[in-house]
Amino acid sequence: MAFAERAIDALADARLRGALDRVTGALGSRRESAFASLDHAEIVRDAARAARLTAIEDLAGHLERFEARLMANGARVHWAETPDAANRIVADIAERAGVRRAVKSKSMVSEETHLNAALERAGVVAVETDLGEYIVQLANDRPSHIIAPIIHLTRQDVGRVMERQLAVPYTDDTRELAAIARQRLRQEFLRADMGITGANFGVVETGTICLVTNEGNGRMVTTMPRVHVVFMGIEKLIPTLADLDRCLKVLARSATGQKLTVYTTLVNGPRKPGERDGPEELHVVLLDNGRSRMRGGETAEILGCIRCGACLNVCPVYRTIGGHAYGDIYPGPVGAVVTPGLRGLEPFRELPGASSLCGACRDVCPVRLDIPRMLLALRDRVEREAPTSRALGRAMKMFAWVASRPVLYRRGAALVRWSLRRLSSNGWITRAPGPAAPWTKYRDLKAPGPRTFQEQWKAWRSQSSQSSQSSQRSQRSQR
Amino acid sequence: MTQVALFHTCLVNEIDPEVGMAVVRVLERAGASVDVPEDQTCCGQPAYNAGFHDDAREIARHTLRVLSRTEGTIVIPSGSCADMIIHQYAVLFQDDAEMTRAAHDVAVRCREFSQFLGEAAPEFRAGRLASRVAYHPSCHLLRGLGVRREPIALIERVEGAEPVHVQEHDECCGFGGLFSVKNAPISNGMLERKIAALEASGADRVVACDLGCLLHVGGGLHRRGSKVRAQHLAQFLDEAADGVR
Repeated sequence: MAFAERAIDALADARLRGALDRVTGALGSRRESAFASLDHAEIVRDAARAARLTAIEDLAGHLERFEARLMANGARVHWAETPDAANRIVADIAERAGVRRAVKSKSMVSEETHLNAALERAGVVAVETDLGEYIVQLANDRPSHIIAPIIHLTRQDVGRVMERQLAVPYTDDTRELAAIARQRLRQEFLRADMGITGANFGVVETGTICLVTNEGNGRMVTTMPRVHVVFMGIEKLIPTLADLDRCLKVLARSATGQKLTVYTTLVNGPRKPGERDGPEELHVVLLDNGRSRMRGGETAEILGCIRCGACLNVCPVYRTIGGHAYGDIYPGPVGAVVTPGLRGLEPFRELPGASSLCGACRDVCPVRLDIPRMLLALRDRVEREAPTSRALGRAMKMFAWVASRPVLYRRGAALVRWSLRRLSSNGWITRAPGPAAPWTKYRDLKAPGPRTFQEQWKAWRSQSSQSSQSSQRSQRSQR
Repeated sequence: MTQVALFHTCLVNEIDPEVGMAVVRVLERAGASVDVPEDQTCCGQPAYNAGFHDDAREIARHTLRVLSRTEGTIVIPSGSCADMIIHQYAVLFQDDAEMTRAAHDVAVRCREFSQFLGEAAPEFRAGRLASRVAYHPSCHLLRGLGVRREPIALIERVEGAEPVHVQEHDECCGFGGLFSVKNAPISNGMLERKIAALEASGADRVVACDLGCLLHVGGGLHRRGSKVRAQHLAQFLDEAADGVR
């Protein structure tokens, strides 16, 4: 199904639109008040941006130092070019360590590689432990928001999913639902051999993996199972611990409107002799999956994204159609840039066009990514490499040629105005053919007047130069 | 008298010339002498936003040629066309030093209509008009040019004009140029949110500084038989001036 069709499906879902409206609206205003409590917020944003872009600028150098620090900390480092390779690495680790069950905290990168399915094929049961992701998994659904993965589900939906999949009595009381999940997940934590997490940041100078969660599941996943696998994109680095301070300050505020998330977990290697908890083995899988390629292109800046989801909450397109319509893991403005980069332009060529270029995403981005600029650059590349419409391309070429020749332009415009006027009644066009038809499907089109502005202005000017300015003024004051 | 050149924009010239006439009358009342460069056509934004950057460059070259021959401030009654000329031309010509300079030379002389009035005519007498006004900040005016206060200040100076609060007032109306045709169902979904907010605000008119957004919102209001009118800020000020003649 193409993007346009998925969008139409979403538009027909009144309940989805209601939920999107409420949740994104609430997250958006919480973000605003959270930033009001941050001193020098704009400077902190600049610093966070600088930290991310510095790491990406010399990515090879930072990765090399990061790997060295990780190894010095006792972690094993694995490099994966493709999703399949990354999944295989995790499956191999599981096999060697005799792992049958794994618990996962939220990881967008593992969604990218469809890790759960790959592990299942390898005989490992992986259970999501972030509440939203757990429900996504139970419902055999897909997340539709980076931070609020089940924004598209109601608590009644969740109640029905739990009733069906967990054989519990139906309830739509959110406390009861959370209690059911907590009880089930507790058992999963206790019996899992492997914990799989993402990484919000990798700190280069210390080889630290930073995770932020609100439910505490991240801490359980990183400390209880005997093997911990960190699954992360190669771009998620920041140079120093001081950078981490700035990045955390803007991340939680942008994502959920918190000053800090409830849990901030810093992982500095596996359990050391004499320590009472923590995993015996720590593995870090670093996935490329198109990121290196993006570094050389017009969308390199998007690699600085810290996956806060703030751009989704303010995007009027996301707020209207939700996340599934975008057709891949990352929805919203960030998805419209990242997805064609990771997955290829051609199959996702409609995404860069799925924006009115209103710029709200750029304004809220904690690291000031200029998403509209990248969307524009991608649109140019789409029209060169995989045109959305050849007819539009030809029309645009013609338009540019005519618009650079004023005499011709005036004649052409007169013809267009004449045809539009013939379609109109009482100054409005309610049904237009051809390229204007999608407009009049939903709104009326104001019909052009009998004369252009330039024609009116010339008449007005010659009139006003005939009667002197002063007599005009006196006439006016008498009226 | 301040000499200004009006870049009227293609939409004003071809679709709604009354907006242009209102702009001229308001500017002259504010003490400016308006010239209209005849050979202007379009700023090239439709091609630019749709991804046809070579075509956009061709139009931008023409527009820069026309505007570089003018004198004084170039007034543009559209936030998005102004943003195109002021900010996006430099992006289009980023690999061409000579054209970048030409783009900057023109850019520094450009002012969006409300910006110009606010700066050049602080004593401007705004007139009288009993009305409940919803101001719609168009996206490129607000986020591209950073013009937030000026239009509201001008509306507030009209005696009898009462600005009303619109929920999520700075959210896009869904126009986005060709976006409104290429992604018409989504664009309309956004428009419906905007229209619901405008209807709920109790305004009798919505005022903005971009004809594109006004054609979109106005066309949506008309289709739904709404009593709320869509009006360019210049038309509103012109009507208010009529009220004290």
